[in-house]
Amino acid sequence: MKKTLIATAFLALGAQAQLAHADLTVAIAGPMTGQYASAGDQIRRGAEMAIADINAKGGVLGQKLKLEVGDDACDPKQAVSVANTMVNKKIVFMHGHWCSSSTIPASEVYVEADIPMATVSTNPQVTERGLKNIFRIMGRDDQQGLVAGGYIADKFKGKKVAVLDDKSAYGKGLADEMAKAITAKGLKPTLRESITAGEKDYSGIVTKLKQAGIEVLAYGGYHTEVALILRQAQQAGLKLTVMGGDTMTNSELVTAAGANSDNVMFTFSPDPRKNPDAAPIVKRFRDAKVEPEGYVMYAYAAMQLFEQAATQAKSTKYADLEKTMRGGTFKTVIGDMSFDAKGDQKKPGFVVYQWKGGQYDYAK
Amino acid sequence: MAYALQQLINGLTLGAVYGLIAIGYTMVYGIIGMINFAHGDIFMVSAFIAVTAFTLLAAFDITSLPLAITAVLITAIFFTSAYGWAVERMAYRPLRGSTRLAPLISAIGMSIFLQNMVQLTQGARVKPIPPVLEGGIEIWQSGGFTVQISWTQIMIVLITIVLMVAFTYLITQTAFGRQQRACEQDSTMTALLGINVDRTISATFMLGAALAAVAGVMVTVYYGVVDFFIGFVAGIKAFTAAVLGGIGSLPGAMLGGLIIGLIEAFWAAYLSPEYKDVATFAILILVLMFRPSGLLGRPEVEKV
Repeated sequence: MKKTLIATAFLALGAQAQLAHADLTVAIAGPMTGQYASAGDQIRRGAEMAIADINAKGGVLGQKLKLEVGDDACDPKQAVSVANTMVNKKIVFMHGHWCSSSTIPASEVYVEADIPMATVSTNPQVTERGLKNIFRIMGRDDQQGLVAGGYIADKFKGKKVAVLDDKSAYGKGLADEMAKAITAKGLKPTLRESITAGEKDYSGIVTKLKQAGIEVLAYGGYHTEVALILRQAQQAGLKLTVMGGDTMTNSELVTAAGANSDNVMFTFSPDPRKNPDAAPIVKRFRDAKVEPEGYVMYAYAAMQLFEQAATQAKSTKYADLEKTMRGGTFKTVIGDMSFDAKGDQKKPGFVVYQWKGGQYDYAK
Repeated sequence: MAYALQQLINGLTLGAVYGLIAIGYTMVYGIIGMINFAHGDIFMVSAFIAVTAFTLLAAFDITSLPLAITAVLITAIFFTSAYGWAVERMAYRPLRGSTRLAPLISAIGMSIFLQNMVQLTQGARVKPIPPVLEGGIEIWQSGGFTVQISWTQIMIVLITIVLMVAFTYLITQTAFGRQQRACEQDSTMTALLGINVDRTISATFMLGAALAAVAGVMVTVYYGVVDFFIGFVAGIKAFTAAVLGGIGSLPGAMLGGLIIGLIEAFWAAYLSPEYKDVATFAILILVLMFRPSGLLGRPEVEKV
């Protein structure tokens, strides 16, 4: 009896090993640690849920998906080493990286290794370098800046506007585009400055804004700095309205800035949570105690993109995947997706949101 | 003018915080000739202790502000000193007497360890506390610009002054201060005279940590948010302050902190905030070129 049991156990082990061998490895990469780790967390939760769902339906082309997680901490050097590790792990698809400054160098590694990637990085350079393997499932900074800058020029006519960035590839790109769009509509920014991200004291720049009588701040950068600037502005007796980019979706902004977050507006793709087709998935996330905010649904959609492209192409070879992704239309939780020759989404669709009482909604 | 005054206030507040952290670097360097790179992270740990303490107090409905801040300060000082002691005991004491590089690497390791420990146990997310001390006084109005000094800023500057006075007394007038200075000058001789050198060094680490704890509490109250990464930037700036003032010198550390705070505020105010750090470090280089041992440091005399 004992022997049979052991034999069965061995058999089971053997069977499992065989299954594991046939797995397809897909990967995500982003800041799992470091100061932007909360975005990495969102990506991981989205991807894990997507993969569990895909595997529950029998996987892709009969093979189960296995997830590898790469941590680049938004450091370009670390991103390249993560990319090399992922290539060694023979991944067939990458969702990442998150920071534009990581995605750009890492993509050079993936393109050499024939690995298709879907990213949410918004710097125009991500798709402007003629790499064939990149697909951007988010809008571009220049589109984002255009919408945000246009909104400022229309709604805050006659007010003093400052444009500020945090010197990162993403922040500066976005701030430059906002400044351009504001100027194009005939409103001239009063101040154009940069700050150093990662510090805690922004009282110097806040005092400068106050001195210049600024009411509207167009900010290119991440939510952590915006929260600090708003809190310190309040202490200095300065009331600011902030316009930012997609990074302001993070609810950490509300915890850190408190009621001040009501003054924050930002551009983001139409809220995937408001997509009626995605309602069951949204509910499953909430049941699992994960709020599908920010990048969660994008990570889910990226995995759907891979699943559908592989199914349509009946292959996970790079050439087939690349051709299918570029030509096809994919039904994902963030809406229908199709790509142009550069790898940008055909319909960018940015809208302006505003935080209110800890929730964000379309701005009026 | 009003604008300059406001920036002066900003700079002094920031400088006071840098100075308090810088003292921890300078004392440890003075006594064992080592840069304690984990000191910035000790500061970060104290900020987390402060957040926890504030949250607990709020849970127990203790709303009296002076009481709450005092309680948080005492808690933070107690636990952070324990951290300072433990770090020294585990990471540096076993390496005493080995090469100069060994404790340095051990310090960097300790810094990474503390950062990751806090990240894993507390999460990577920013930890906010609701505003503790709001408002302030308007001290001057000129040309449409109101100079405001917040209660938090007043508190930071006052606490720093009190601590500096107490500290100077401790080092120059008490028996402990004498032992500490003796260890600094010649630890072998001090040991021969019957002073427990290890205990003095431990106490130095605890004192440095206690000052970092005060800085941690004040930063928590002032900025309202902490994360596991704040120790890095603050540590680098405070270390620079210690070197600028003359590493090993206590008044030097405070002076260095104030100078860096003021340079940062004024450079950001009148020139570009973008190049603030470039300016700070350029001035550091200039000072070191003309005074290699810092502003108030004594030149190192090679003992034969």
